[in-house]
Amino acid sequence: MNYSAKVMDHFMNPRNVGEISDADGIGEVGNPVCGDIMKIYLKIDDNRIQDVKFNTFGCGSAIASSSMATELIKGKTLEEAWELSNKAVAEALDGLPPVKMHCSVLAEQAVHKAINNYRIANGLSPWDYKEHGDIHALAPDEQ
Amino acid sequence: MSDNHVYLDYSATTYIKPEVLAAMRPYLDTYFGNPSSIYALARITEQAIGQSREQVAAALNAAKNEIYFTGGGSEADNWALKGVAFANKQWGNHIITTKIEHHAILHTCEFLAQHGFEITYLPVDSEGLVDVDSLRQAITAKTILVSIMFANNEIGTIQPIAAIGKLCREKGIYFHTDAVQAVGHVPIDVQAMNIDLLSLAGHKFYGPKGVGALYIRKGVKIDNLIHGGGQERGKRAGTENIAGIVGLGQALELATTDIETENQRLTRLRDKLIAGLTAIPHSRLNGPVGAKRLPGNVNVCFRFIEGESMLLLLDSVGVSASSGSACTAGSLEPSHVLLAIGLTHEIAHGSLRLTLGAGTTEQDVDYVLEVLPGIVRKLRNMSPLWKEFLNKGGTKL
Repeated sequence: MNYSAKVMDHFMNPRNVGEISDADGIGEVGNPVCGDIMKIYLKIDDNRIQDVKFNTFGCGSAIASSSMATELIKGKTLEEAWELSNKAVAEALDGLPPVKMHCSVLAEQAVHKAINNYRIANGLSPWDYKEHGDIHALAPDEQ
Repeated sequence: MSDNHVYLDYSATTYIKPEVLAAMRPYLDTYFGNPSSIYALARITEQAIGQSREQVAAALNAAKNEIYFTGGGSEADNWALKGVAFANKQWGNHIITTKIEHHAILHTCEFLAQHGFEITYLPVDSEGLVDVDSLRQAITAKTILVSIMFANNEIGTIQPIAAIGKLCREKGIYFHTDAVQAVGHVPIDVQAMNIDLLSLAGHKFYGPKGVGALYIRKGVKIDNLIHGGGQERGKRAGTENIAGIVGLGQALELATTDIETENQRLTRLRDKLIAGLTAIPHSRLNGPVGAKRLPGNVNVCFRFIEGESMLLLLDSVGVSASSGSACTAGSLEPSHVLLAIGLTHEIAHGSLRLTLGAGTTEQDVDYVLEVLPGIVRKLRNMSPLWKEFLNKGGTKL
């Protein structure tokens, strides 16, 4: 398995690790059976992500994808953060091996789930989100 | 990359010992003749192959003409299973193996199942041991072959091979054992253990890669796998890998010579490593303790973390290891062996295998015990499973 230097950097020195005790939105995806769980905490003020933290159980690329996703959405408005795609996460990491692309999908899903968790808690309707389906079953060129 | 380099993946492969490489070298440049030719250069290589065959036979207590060289352990496994199955199908179509075999056995069985054979996969207990009585009960009038590995590559369990061999001989059923992890590491006697076929691979005991052997007891009915020229007495075609065969024989003779002292040395280091690793909270040893375990095998699970990230952090401090997590296998399922001994997926994802060998020192073991607790702590500190465990009242490290 060959990871890019960027992946290794974000794995060895992950940014934004931890929890936010008074988070405004929390998104958890994955399950221990598959070997990866990602949990993202958002602190939102004035429609903007003021702070973001994550906890991840998973392989190197799952941890690096979480770290990169938090970096990409920090300081963004919720509308901007909603646009985060798994491809953007993977590209920012200088690519992921094909069998690891699902890690970037998890990061995208965790962010979406956290944003909708905030919206629902604040009496707003959740934004429509098209699930990737079985992210493990996708062929590499579909991911 | 760290200055330290601690290789603890000897079950994956070994280096070639200098004396083995020295024995091989002349057959790569000076004595390169095709053994099938008539001239003096060819006779030298033919003799070299004969000598290697004697060395392998001596290590197994077999006869020289019962040893056939192959292109590795997987080929030997494929040949044993397909060769015996197709040659004996008029007697029956049932094959018995176990759930914890190497994929060279399991995937070959799946292939045979597509061609009309019925396969029984015996379960194992929590230590990875096959129950001889359940094997006895699984045997039917149609059973033609039993294939049970000598020692497991992941958790080091050594099976009761002599008892299995005795049972198969009584029932008149061929017994094959994939001994790739055992040959050169634990004493093997194919006669005393009633083994009919045995697979081995050179690179697991300080010989070269790409060369192995299948022991076929005289009288066993087996079809060829590789068809072509008349090499290996007409049973395995292809110009011989002379240097590889010479290296395999030399390496096996060396390994067999100091098997007792090396086993004592490795067992002590192994048990020290096991004791240190299982002292880390929420860890567990996979596989048996004591003499039922390969002298060089350590396999431990650490809860709440995933194996590949452990391997990457170990690699960053110079330790080469392996894991049974799905992510290291490039698949979704964690190790079939860890699931077969009853681990949940979640726990199996957090496995770490360290396999010791000739180059392993006490310092290596101490170094791993020094760096690993910090690695486990670092990963647990970012694991939501760990946080959840603590929130439910679990004890902090």
